[in-house]
Amino acid sequence: MKLSTDTLRLIVPVVSLLVLLAGVFYLQPRAMSYNGLNLLFNLAVPIALATVAQMLIMAVNDLDLSMGTFVSFVACVAATYLHDTPLLGALILLAAIAVYAALGVIIYLRDLPSIVVTLGMSFVWAGLAVLILPAPGGTAPEWARAVMISKPPLLPMAIIASALLAIFAHLLIMRSSFGVLIRGVGGNQRSVQRAGWSILMARASAYALAATFAVAAGICLVGLTTSADANIALRYTLLSIAGVILGGGEFTGGRISPIGAVIGALTLTLAGSFLSFLRISPDWQIGAQGAILIIVLALRLLLNRLESKGGAA
Amino acid sequence: MKTLLSKPWIWSFVAALSVWLATIGVTGGASTVGLSQAALTFAAFSVLVGIGQMFVITLGPGNIDLSVPATMTLSGTVALKYMDGANSLILHGLLIAIAVGIAVGVLNYALIKALRIPPIIATLSMSFIVQSAAIWTNRGLRIKPPQVLADFTTQTSFGIPNIALLALLISVIAWVLLHRTPYGRWIAAIGQSLPAARMAGIAVDGNRFVTYLLCAILAAVCGYLLACFSGGAALNMGTEYLLMSIAVVVIGGTAVAGGDSNVPGIWGASLFMFLVVSMLNTYGLGAGVRLIMTGAIIITVILLASGRKAATR
Repeated sequence: MKLSTDTLRLIVPVVSLLVLLAGVFYLQPRAMSYNGLNLLFNLAVPIALATVAQMLIMAVNDLDLSMGTFVSFVACVAATYLHDTPLLGALILLAAIAVYAALGVIIYLRDLPSIVVTLGMSFVWAGLAVLILPAPGGTAPEWARAVMISKPPLLPMAIIASALLAIFAHLLIMRSSFGVLIRGVGGNQRSVQRAGWSILMARASAYALAATFAVAAGICLVGLTTSADANIALRYTLLSIAGVILGGGEFTGGRISPIGAVIGALTLTLAGSFLSFLRISPDWQIGAQGAILIIVLALRLLLNRLESKGGAA
Repeated sequence: MKTLLSKPWIWSFVAALSVWLATIGVTGGASTVGLSQAALTFAAFSVLVGIGQMFVITLGPGNIDLSVPATMTLSGTVALKYMDGANSLILHGLLIAIAVGIAVGVLNYALIKALRIPPIIATLSMSFIVQSAAIWTNRGLRIKPPQVLADFTTQTSFGIPNIALLALLISVIAWVLLHRTPYGRWIAAIGQSLPAARMAGIAVDGNRFVTYLLCAILAAVCGYLLACFSGGAALNMGTEYLLMSIAVVVIGGTAVAGGDSNVPGIWGASLFMFLVVSMLNTYGLGAGVRLIMTGAIIITVILLASGRKAATR
């Protein structure tokens, strides 16, 4: 049986998630229930959305260092304007998406380093978030709250949401012509241009789509936490990058995997729970997440080596 | 005059000077000396980490060290804990800080090389582990630095802060290293084209290794000095230096794509970044507006800098 490269790319993330899950169930059998799973993966939904957003930016060979502050900003808007005056709130979020599209255009037209531009934007989003919500507070919109705490039959909300997200992102990015275009820009921009596509439009829409996913992440997060804070999602920047890489994505060449990215985000979230079940001191929790990241990447290298050896034989 | 204007670093100094004048103008010259000394002191810390980051960025696209803040925190914490306020152990403390830097640098490059991980992810995973180690060592302790060292870092000689003089010395060394030694030529060559550098017989791995080592050591020394300056190590003391170290390098005129670096520009950019914040403070603006302005200024500088480059081509 010959496995496709895309499948191979998915093996490591899937196996790591299953191993971690098995570990958690072994240590804490009570987690193997509807409520247990929901608690384990609850916070993974916004992280997964942010990871898919980051993945879209990485698909066009850029990197978004403002993801965390942007999601925090969205959370602040969601807990204030979107709750009090839904129309105004929606307009603000649409404007934010437009800003992202504009960033994509500026970065391409002036050939700017995306790292620096998004770095600058991270200050802007953080400042706006502080202006909107100087102290932690606000109230989540009822509908966001209702969706996030709903209890569908059979499987918990967190699992269903993650699965839907993975399928939707897969269809959008791996199976649609729009997705091919975006990945093509990451792979070989010039040849996409020669083929008659507008790079400008492709980049602008990749950024706008990323912003849309990030907006969804912010709203989900507020739905879970019920209130917001200007610093609520700062760690999402690094988590989202790590999630994409963990899920088999790469920094260059438009090589990404939406399903992998969602699984990567779930793995990172689960790693935290796994470690607390192991009774590792909270001091080492972040460090152990780093270690898990390293182990997974080492596994992938090993798999790639085996694959290339098999190809040569 | 014309040759002066064509230097890429001149603009960061022009920007810093104009912000300085704008601030002095508001205070009516009342705090000129105080402001200048504070600017030099805080700029010095940014310069120290900025130089390390600059060497890494010189290596070419994708090379960036995200473990800088964690390294600063760990070295500051461990060194202060060891010295425990004793003046006689100052040198030992410095050596320990440097040892921490060496350890982080070696591990960083080991990950990059052995696992073939992109440097961003390698240094990110490493920073998780280093940060954990710092949390574990720190344990909420607040140990005072040795008095002599605290005095040295907070006092001035000939009206110039000692820290600034030290940073100036290191900058000169960095400049010589970059422009007058084979090592500087080699890393610039690697940054311009890695395959070409390899073809030309440059020891690519060795030079990259030394560069990551250098960056980690500078971050560690900066953490050691910062901890003494601020009267103790805090777990979040490195946080702002992640963005700062990248921002000062790029604003200072170093090419983000690598292969072309600039030491004087880091000084201009560091002074500029501090002065902007203090100018906005002087105007009595709130935290939110201040952040937004900082972001807007970073993006404006990048836009202007890119326009300049396009014009000379």
